[in-house]
Amino acid sequence: MRLILALALTHISGRGRQTLVAIVGVALGVGFSIAMASLMQGGEDDFVARLVDTMPHVDITDEYRNARRQPAQDAFAAVQIAGLRPKDDRRGILNPTEAVAMLRAWVPGRLALSLKTQGVVRYSGRDVGIAIIGIEPQAEMKVSSLAKDFRQGSFTSLIAGGNNIVVGDRLAQRLGADLGTTVTVVSSTGQSRAFKIVGLFHTGTTARDEGEGYVLLKNAQILSERPNAINEIRLKLDDPNAAPQVARRAEAQLGYKAMAWQEANESLLEALVIRNVIMYTVVGAILLVAGFGIFNIISTITHEKARDIAILKSLGFTETDMRRLFLLEGLALGAGGSLVGWAVGFLLCFALSLVRFELSGANVAQEITRLPLAWSIWHYLIAAGFALVSAGIAGYLPARQAARLNPVDIIRGAT
Amino acid sequence: MSPLIETQGVTRVLPAAVPVTLVQDITLAIGAGEFVAITGPSGSGKSSLLYLLGLLDRPTSGTLAIEGRDTAGLTERERAAIRLGTLGFVFQFHFLLPEFTVRENVEIPMRRLGRLGTVAMRDRSTELLSALGLHDHLDKRPDQLSGGQRQRVAVARSLANDPPLILADEPTGSLDSRSSEQVFSILDALVRERGKTVIAVTHDTEMAAKASRRIHLVDGRLAES
Repeated sequence: MRLILALALTHISGRGRQTLVAIVGVALGVGFSIAMASLMQGGEDDFVARLVDTMPHVDITDEYRNARRQPAQDAFAAVQIAGLRPKDDRRGILNPTEAVAMLRAWVPGRLALSLKTQGVVRYSGRDVGIAIIGIEPQAEMKVSSLAKDFRQGSFTSLIAGGNNIVVGDRLAQRLGADLGTTVTVVSSTGQSRAFKIVGLFHTGTTARDEGEGYVLLKNAQILSERPNAINEIRLKLDDPNAAPQVARRAEAQLGYKAMAWQEANESLLEALVIRNVIMYTVVGAILLVAGFGIFNIISTITHEKARDIAILKSLGFTETDMRRLFLLEGLALGAGGSLVGWAVGFLLCFALSLVRFELSGANVAQEITRLPLAWSIWHYLIAAGFALVSAGIAGYLPARQAARLNPVDIIRGAT
Repeated sequence: MSPLIETQGVTRVLPAAVPVTLVQDITLAIGAGEFVAITGPSGSGKSSLLYLLGLLDRPTSGTLAIEGRDTAGLTERERAAIRLGTLGFVFQFHFLLPEFTVRENVEIPMRRLGRLGTVAMRDRSTELLSALGLHDHLDKRPDQLSGGQRQRVAVARSLANDPPLILADEPTGSLDSRSSEQVFSILDALVRERGKTVIAVTHDTEMAAKASRRIHLVDGRLAES
């Protein structure tokens, strides 16, 4: 086998220019596919990171996946029950203290409780409907990405206690309010309290900037007249990818609907899968073209080396040896191309990582962004693997032909 | 003891629209230690017969046995193994691999056989080439040698795995008379001193005359010589 390898290497090194062309072909294919995979993956990671960052990884709410069975359905063996008035559930997560303790025991990550209720903010004659979210500031800061988005003040301003509220900057704009303004918050139960704005945040998502206000959990409970109630537990996990398992376990344990971020964004993630399919198709096409280059050079070598094949066969080399020889030549070109391609891919990625964009939106301060690039050994391995497979196929066809050559035909031709 | 190589009614027909008969009904037996010259006019099937004897080609009909073993039912792999270990070829053109040195060319069959270690192979190639007067050219490439020297390298290569039978196809056909003489005497010495069997196709009447046995072919058939 080492002999065959030596023969193969001698053959391809004997054809300097063609070998170079084939290797460059494969290298460009491998290099560009690495760069492209890196960009696509980087874009995806960036997108998912933003998504994952702004959302809780698992969101446990006081809803049930299926409507609850009504007692009447259990009490009577009726086919159909009409005119049933369902019993009013006490809304919110029951026994929050126990539920939280149970989750804390095993969830690998951080969690925050909140009570979300609807309300209206009133100031200078303007009413704006918002979601009033009662939080525990310390826990919230560990879970929410909002902590980074504060323009003025922060969650810590809430810790001190008192009737304070943190709202989005657009909401403040609409109300004509500012930091330090006292606004009136009216809840859906009719409770009304005066709150002082102690923080303004800007997330870039209008729905949040215009429609959310954060207060202390206690205040939210008072506003909604539900002492000690919570209706949402948000988890931030150490590993976002573990979210579906954690959600499933939490749901089984608590009975409430627990939604992982993957489930909440299913259609977006599906779109990413389609994007990946497109990417790998394009990458595959590039490498296929490179494969033709290899096919070409091995075919040429086979024709040129027909005499060598005859000699080797007359010396006692088998057809299998000949097939291996030319297959190895294809693989050697593929391997050489892959190695060079890795360098090309690495340099391309490096060059791309230096590209800088300046994004400027209407309301956004100028942001300088770099191309999102993902570095993964898998991109390199997959590209090289694909190159080797296509090199193998490209080498195999001429190899089969070479193995079948009848030495006598060639010896006769030469004499 | 059975002859080294034995044929019975060997015929080879090239399939074509009009089939071409290369050799017809060849029956012969060649024993160890013979120097056989196959002679005949151009196109009489001398080389075709040699390729059949060397298992490079398969007879259309008839049987061929090497060392008492019928070759008809052998697989391609088994035939290759016989070529590797039992047969040595010398062609009219040296047929050395141009990218390898003289020594490497001689070592290729040894490496394929894998019987010897690296050092032993090196010793053997040095010994074979030195015996043929090539000790100064071990690390040259074939294109740096003269025609006669190349042909001697080819002889050394045919001896690499110490086969009992050497098949030579016009070994002196493209050499000048001095080199021809040299190559012939090498082959002759192999028979006399080492007990090899040499079967050589030749046009060279002088060489044929010195052989221990002559097989004359006319139109693919054995003829009295």
